[in-house]
Formats: sequence, C-alpha cells, structure tokens
Amino acid sequence: MGAQILTLLSGMVRVAIPISFAALAGMLSERVGIVNMGLEGIMLIGSFFGVVGSYLSGSAWIGLLFAIAAGAVTGLVLAVLTVGFKCEHVLAGLGINMFASGITVVLLQAIWNSKGKSEMVAGLGKWKLPVISQIPIIKDIIGNISPLFYLLVLCVLLLWMLLYRTPTGLRILVIGENPELAGTMGVNVYLVQYLFVIISGMLAAVGGAYLSIGDIDMFSKDMVSGRGYIALAMVILGNWKPTWVALAGLVYGFAESMQFRLQAVSIPPQLVQMLPYLFTILVLLFARRKSMAPAASGKHYYQKGE
Amino acid sequence: MSKAKKLVYILISFLLSVMIASAIIAFSGYSPSEAYSAMISGAFGSTYNLAQTIGTSIPLIFAGLAMAAGAKTGIFNIGIEGQILMGALPAAIAGHYIKGIPAVLHIPLCILLAAVCGGLWALLAALIKNRLHISEVIITIMLNYVALYLVEYLVNYPFKSEGMIVRTEEIQESAELAVLIPHTRLNAGIIIALFLVVAFWFFFYRTKLGYELRATGSNLKAAETAGISNRKNIMISMFLSGAIAGIGGAVEVMGVQGYYISNMTTGYGFSGIAIAVMGGNEALGTLASALLFGALSAGSSSMNRTTNIPGEFITVLQALIIIFVSTPGIILAVEKIIRRKKVAA
Repeated sequence: MGAQILTLLSGMVRVAIPISFAALAGMLSERVGIVNMGLEGIMLIGSFFGVVGSYLSGSAWIGLLFAIAAGAVTGLVLAVLTVGFKCEHVLAGLGINMFASGITVVLLQAIWNSKGKSEMVAGLGKWKLPVISQIPIIKDIIGNISPLFYLLVLCVLLLWMLLYRTPTGLRILVIGENPELAGTMGVNVYLVQYLFVIISGMLAAVGGAYLSIGDIDMFSKDMVSGRGYIALAMVILGNWKPTWVALAGLVYGFAESMQFRLQAVSIPPQLVQMLPYLFTILVLLFARRKSMAPAASGKHYYQKGE
Repeated sequence: MSKAKKLVYILISFLLSVMIASAIIAFSGYSPSEAYSAMISGAFGSTYNLAQTIGTSIPLIFAGLAMAAGAKTGIFNIGIEGQILMGALPAAIAGHYIKGIPAVLHIPLCILLAAVCGGLWALLAALIKNRLHISEVIITIMLNYVALYLVEYLVNYPFKSEGMIVRTEEIQESAELAVLIPHTRLNAGIIIALFLVVAFWFFFYRTKLGYELRATGSNLKAAETAGISNRKNIMISMFLSGAIAGIGGAVEVMGVQGYYISNMTTGYGFSGIAIAVMGGNEALGTLASALLFGALSAGSSSMNRTTNIPGEFITVLQALIIIFVSTPGIILAVEKIIRRKKVAA
C-alpha cells in the first residue's frame, strides 16, 4: 500500500511538470494583460521542435534550446497580434493552436515521412541528485526525475522574486490591473507586454518539450491533447500567484496519475480517460470565488497618440 | 468599416493566407502549384466532385452557424466539436431503436432529439460560465473531451453493433435522409442547412429576442442598463448554438454514414470557428465560407491521394485565415506601407 501511494505521488509530480510550466506561462502573460489562449499550440510547437533539435544535433539539451526558441517566436507572434494589432486574444490564441496542430503534422510528414510519430530521439533523461536521492520517502517521489523538474522549481522561484521583489514586478502588477495608469507613470507598457508574452511562450514550450524529450523521447501527433487549456484552468485555481499556480499543477497531476492507476482496474478505459477533464471542471467549480484575476487581463491597451 | 470594404479585407486576408500556406508547403519540400491544382480539380473537376464538395460543406454550414450564433452574443463556443457528438449519437440511437413510424415523423424526431441534446450540452457550459465568470473557452474545451470520451464509451459498450467495427447499429430506412447524388455526401441535409441559414438571419435581425442577443454581444453593460438579462441571453445563445451543432451531427449520421462511427465528425467544430470568423458571423457569409471550406476539404482529400502532402495542410490554412481575418490591422498596416511607397515614388 505504502509503495503504491509513493508511485502515485511520483506520478503526480511527473504529470504536473508540463502543466505547471504552461500554467506559469499563462499566469505571466495574463499578469501583463494578455490572455494566452495559445498555450496549447505553443506547447505543441515546443514538443515538436524539442524533438527536431534533438534529432538534428543528437543532444536533447540542444533540443530544449530549439523548443525554447520556437516558443519565443510563437510568443512573439501572439504579442504582435494582440498587443501590436489588437486582435481578440481568444481568436489569436485559437489561431495559433490550430496552426500548431497543422504545421507539426505537415513538418512531421516532411521530416520523418510519417503522419503520426517521429523517430525516437535522444531524451533529457533523469537526474539522481546526490542528497535528494538519499532522503527516505522524498527519494521515492523525486529521487529519479527529469531535470526539467528542477528547472521548474527554479522558474517558480525566479517568477516569485520577479513579481514581488523587483521594480519590474511592480510594473507588471500595475499593467495587469491598470495599464493606463502604468502608461501615465512612464512605464513602456508595450515593451513589458511584448517581453513577458515572449517569456510566456518560452515557458509553455518547455512544458511541451517535457512531453516529448522529457518523457517518451519522441513526438506524436497532437500529443499535448488539451493540456494547454487545462493549464489555463490551473491558473485560475492557483489564483494568478506563481507558487500556487505551480502547485495547482500538482492537483491536476494527482488526478491524472489516479487515472493511470484506475486503468489497471476493470473500468471502461474511455470513462477513465474522461476523468482529468471532468476533474478540471469540478476543480473550477469549487475553486475560491474571490479571484485575484488581473483586472485588465484580456483588454486592449492603447498607448497615447494611437 | 463598410460592408464592401469588409468583404475586400476578408478576400485579401484569404489570399494572404493561401500565399503563406503555399510558402509553407514549398518550404516543406512539396510543390504548391501541384497541391492547389490537385485540390481544385478534386473539388470542382466533375459533377461527382462538385456534389462531394457541397456534401462536405453540409456539416461545415452547421458548425459555422453554431459558432456564429454564439459569437453574435459575444460568446466563443469552442465546444461545437463536442456538441456535434452529443447530437450525432442520440440521432443514431433514435434512428435505430425507434421502429415502425413513417419518415415524416422519424426524421424530425431524430433531428429534434439531436438539437435538444446538443443544446443541453452547450447549456451546461453556459451555466458554469454564468456561475463562475470564467472564460467559456476553457469550459467548452474541457466539455469537448468529456463528450468525446463519453460518446466513445457509449459506442464501445452499450450501443456497439454486432461485429468487429466499433459503431452503432444502422438506422432504420425511415430515419435516412435521401442521398441526392448517388455515392456522394450530398444529401437532403443540405435543405435543413439552407433552412437554418435563413432562420438564423430571420432570428437575429427580425425578432426581438434576436435583437436582444445581439445587444448582449455588442455591449454587456449597455444591454444590462437597457434591462436585458445578459445571463439569460448567454444561456439562450449557447443552447441555440449547441442545438445547431447537434443537428449537424445528426445530419452526418442520417445522411452520410447511416450509423455513428468513431471520429466521424472530428475537426468540424474547429473548422466552424474559421468559417464563422471568415463569414463575419453572418448567415450568408457563413454559408459562403462553409462552401469554400467544403471545397478545400473535399479538394484536400483528393490532394492527399495524388500528392504526399498531408491533409492537415488545410488546418494550417484555416488557422491563417482565423488570424488574418480577425486582425484587420495587419492589412491596414500593409496598405499604409504601400501608400507611402507610392507617395515616395
């Protein structure tokens, strides 16, 4: 029984990694007023280019860099559309998602001559850190885990410091609540928005890359399967706060790793597969009512003279 | 923007999307001219192909109208994919298990059931949205997955037909929509689709309720001040949207397949987004762009046979269309640059 619980918990952390990365990405973008509906697509681009980079170079770390670069470019596109051209955020994001879903298959066919899967490539592997892999219980949960887990922890720390301990963080918070005010204060709102939507793209792409080179070491068609949207739900559950948003990923991770356990039992697989999505809706239903959503999230801001 | 100007922008956006998609095709090592000529002959090359094109458009008309109905009230109903399923399966079940009634009763009964089921599924999203004040996009997407797995379960277990293939039993003859040109997808469902196009226009522009829904869509606060209940309108609009989607699912079952089979409607809901965006959320515009997408889709399956280019190329094109049409600023900016160059020259 104890061993089973530990497997469950370690599964929970693994499943949470991509969701937490994407949820952090979604939170950051909303903090500067841009709803990143494109998370799903950016993750997919990340998982695809992670594999491409690893395939071309033979190194999964180069693959990760490819993913981050592709995520930055896609984030830039989202920023140009929403900040630059005032496109409805939802439509810009959905456009990116559909684009990603199509382009990855077109390129999959072009590179590997397959419509479903890429070849196996070098993966990021797992890290067994000296101290952590010695502590009882902890070692069974995160003793042998993807290096991206540690990157995630680092990102949570950095984002927390950025938002609450730096002048830039203060600017971000003001932009999220009242961009006009930030503008009159002399903040270059557009610059901050562009910058952090691009970083949001990079974070989401790392989440996507985890799914491919961090887990199964290949790309398969539409492998993100809704995780980008689930991440948006986790942003709400985590109340737009970095630590809580990342932890919300764990809540989801718990539900999905329960699913893996249940698949062993004789419940029809379709009903089991439905659970994570049902769970996400339920979580939202019972999430705290008093939300800390940035007031200006999703609204267009016009700089003076426009 | 005037109507004529809007139309010109949409056409330019479309051409721009086609050009970029061609560049992507060329970059991936295929020949764009080969791709497009295969598509055009596949879509219009013969009476058979033309019938196939119009037949392929039928579910797209429903999906586009469903999306547009939500958008008129300011809602992004991304749940059409699931609502189509929630209409398709009940229609297949009612089509098979109800026996001994004439077609004039059986067909409307199946359609009505599909409309109600699709509508209720969408209504669920509206209820959650009203209660939580969070984006309907997340909720409807989650409900898509729930619907997908629920329907997959139902067709794999309780309603699975005899035999190896995972599908429902065939519907009774009295529930079949007549095929208009043999061996094509063109069936009597087109009549229902065209009827809905007209009904859509009439409802939104000639009835008080339709006017109120549009008021909610254009300005929530102003509508509220004018004594309109936005919450109620969001529920009505979602129900209508889901009902149209559900009918679309039923028509695929009753007019094309004759039963429900896994993945038979995959992707229609997402095409519906592009179709409604390109059609400006208007009845006629949606009809026109659904026909265009029908041609693209029918053409792409023949392209798939003759060239090696995956059909997902269409998804890329659709995505570009959504992006360009919903961002008129891009073309305005290009126009400005061209004007400046002209002045300079």
